[in-house]
Amino acid sequence: MEEQTIQRLEQKANRLRALVVKMIGPEKTGHLGGACSLAEILSVLYFGFMRHDPENPQWPQRNRLILSKGHAGILQYAALAECGYFPQQWCRGLKQLGSPLQGHPDKNKVPGIEANTGSLGQGVSLAAGVAAGLKLDFPERPPRVYAITGDGELAEGQIWEALLSAAVYRLDNLRVVVDQNGLQATGPTKERFPIPHLEEKFRAFGFAVFTVDGHNVREILEALQKAEEVRGKPVAIVAQTVKGKGISFAENQPSFHNGAMTREQYETALRELEEKAGEAL
Amino acid sequence: MTHRTHNQRMEYGKTLVELGREDPRIVVLEADLGKSTQSCLFEKAFPERYFEMGIAEQNMLGFAGGLALAGKIPFVNTFAVFAAGRAYDQIRQSIGTAGLNVKIVGSSAGFSDFGDGATHQSLEDLALMSAIPGMTVLSPCDGPETVLAVREAARIQGPVYLRLSRNDVENVFPPEEKYTPGKPVVLREGTDLAVFTTGILASQALQAANEMEKQGVQVQVVHIPTLKPLEEEAVLPLARGKKGILICEEHSLRGGLGMLLCYLLRNLWVPKEVLAVEDRFGQSASSHEELLQAYGLDSRAMQEKLWKLWKG
Repeated sequence: MEEQTIQRLEQKANRLRALVVKMIGPEKTGHLGGACSLAEILSVLYFGFMRHDPENPQWPQRNRLILSKGHAGILQYAALAECGYFPQQWCRGLKQLGSPLQGHPDKNKVPGIEANTGSLGQGVSLAAGVAAGLKLDFPERPPRVYAITGDGELAEGQIWEALLSAAVYRLDNLRVVVDQNGLQATGPTKERFPIPHLEEKFRAFGFAVFTVDGHNVREILEALQKAEEVRGKPVAIVAQTVKGKGISFAENQPSFHNGAMTREQYETALRELEEKAGEAL
Repeated sequence: MTHRTHNQRMEYGKTLVELGREDPRIVVLEADLGKSTQSCLFEKAFPERYFEMGIAEQNMLGFAGGLALAGKIPFVNTFAVFAAGRAYDQIRQSIGTAGLNVKIVGSSAGFSDFGDGATHQSLEDLALMSAIPGMTVLSPCDGPETVLAVREAARIQGPVYLRLSRNDVENVFPPEEKYTPGKPVVLREGTDLAVFTTGILASQALQAANEMEKQGVQVQVVHIPTLKPLEEEAVLPLARGKKGILICEEHSLRGGLGMLLCYLLRNLWVPKEVLAVEDRFGQSASSHEELLQAYGLDSRAMQEKLWKLWKG
C-alpha cells in the first residue's frame, strides 16, 4: 500500500470532519460525535475502496453503502458532496425546511443515498436484502454491500435477525461494519447497556470477523481487502473508534452525541481539522 | 348471482406463480407460514426466488425493502396481524418513507383465523397500513377479485398492502368488471338504501339485500376494493338519493372503512350507520361465521340496521 494513498485518505477523513462541523455550524445541534468516529471508515470506503460512480448513481454494479446509524448521515452527506454526487452548496441547507439534506438520510432526496435509515436497527436488514438481490442478478461477482451500524444500535433485536438471515443466505457480498465508539446517547455503552464479546457473537452468528482500529486507514483497507477473500459467509468488521474523534473537546464526550458547539468551539474545531487535513475549507 | 366459492389465499398462491413465470423480478418472502399463506406454491415453482426468512417478521420486511432496492418486486407473506403489527415500524421507516416497491400480503385477516383467537385475528391492519403515506391498500371481496388485485399490486410502483381472508367465500365480483384502484364496484343495484362493504363482507351484504327485497326495500350493495386510493367523487354519486347508508367492515371502527366513508360523505345529509368492531379484540370460535355473528357483522345484523335506516 502506498504511503501516499494512506496520507490522502487520512487527510480526506479530516476534511470530511471539517465539512461536518461547517454543516452543523455554531450554536446548533447536530450528531457530531458519531459522525467523527466514522470519518476514516467512510473516507476509505468512498475514496479508496468502493466501486461507485458519482456520474451514474444508479449504475447497477456499484457497491452500496447503507448507513444503519442514520444519525451520522451528515458525514455521508459530506462524503457524497466531496465525491460530486450533488452540489456543495446543498450542505448549507442541512435540516432546513425543504432541504434535501434531512436530519436522517432520504434516498429519494439525495443522490448516492441508498436507503432510508434513522429508526435504528433496520439498515442491516435492508443491506442484506440488497446483497441477496444482487446475488440473483450477478451470481459470478455480486457487487458489495456495506452496512454501517453503531455499537449502541446493536441492542436492537432486528439486527440479530438480520445477521441470522445473512448467514442463512451466505451473503458473502455483505459487510457489516460496526462503528464501536463505545458511547451511546446517554453514556458509555459498557455502563448503559453492555453487549460483551461482540466478535464471538458475530462468529457464532456465522460471520467472518475482523477487528480494526477504526481510525487507522491502513488497517481498515487491509480488513476490507481480506474480506474479499471470504467465501460463503458474510463479513463483520468491528472498528474500534473514538466518538468525536479529531476534535479535542468533543472526543469521548457523550454530550456531543447530538450537542451544539459554542462559537469558540466551532472555530477551534475547524482550526484543528483544517490543520490535520492540510488545507483550509 | 353465482354460488361458486373460492378461497382467496389459494387464488393468491396460484396467481403469484403465474406472475413469477411472467416477470423474473418477482421474489417471495415468507415467515414460516407458507402453507397457510399459500406462498408454498411459489417456493415449489421458483425455489431460487423464494426466501424463507424464519419466524422473524421485522427482518423479513426490511430484507424485502432491500430486495426492492436491488430492483426486485418482493411479495412478503405472513398473517395480517403480524405483517401490519409486528413489522409496522419496518414498513413505515424502511419501506414507507422511501416508497419502496414492496407488496405486503396480510393473510388470514379479520376474524378468518377463527380458532386462534385475539392474538391471530387482525382488526387494525387497514387502519395501520392506510395511515402510512404512499401506501396502496387493497381489500378484495372474493377469490376472482384476489387474482386481479394481486396482478394490480405487481403493476403498481410503490408499497402495497393486500388484505386476504383465510376461508372459502362466495364469488360475488362481477366477472366482466375491470379492476380499477379507487373505483367502487356496484354488486347490486337498489334505490332505497345503500350498503358499503370491503373485503369478504360483500356476500353477507348481498344476502341482507336479498332479504330486504322480499320486504319490498331495494338495497344497493357497493364493494370498496381499495381503501387507498378512495376519493369523495367516487363514492358520493353512489350514496346520493338514498334514504340511508350502512357501512360494514370486518375491522375495528377506529380508522377503517366506516370512519373513512363518514368523512368522505360528510357533506351528504343522509343517515349513516356503521357495523364494525368497537374497541374489542377477537376471540376463538368454532367458525368464521360464528364470529361474524357474535360481533354483529353478519347479514342478520346488517338487516337490522337496514330496517332501522328504512324506518327512520
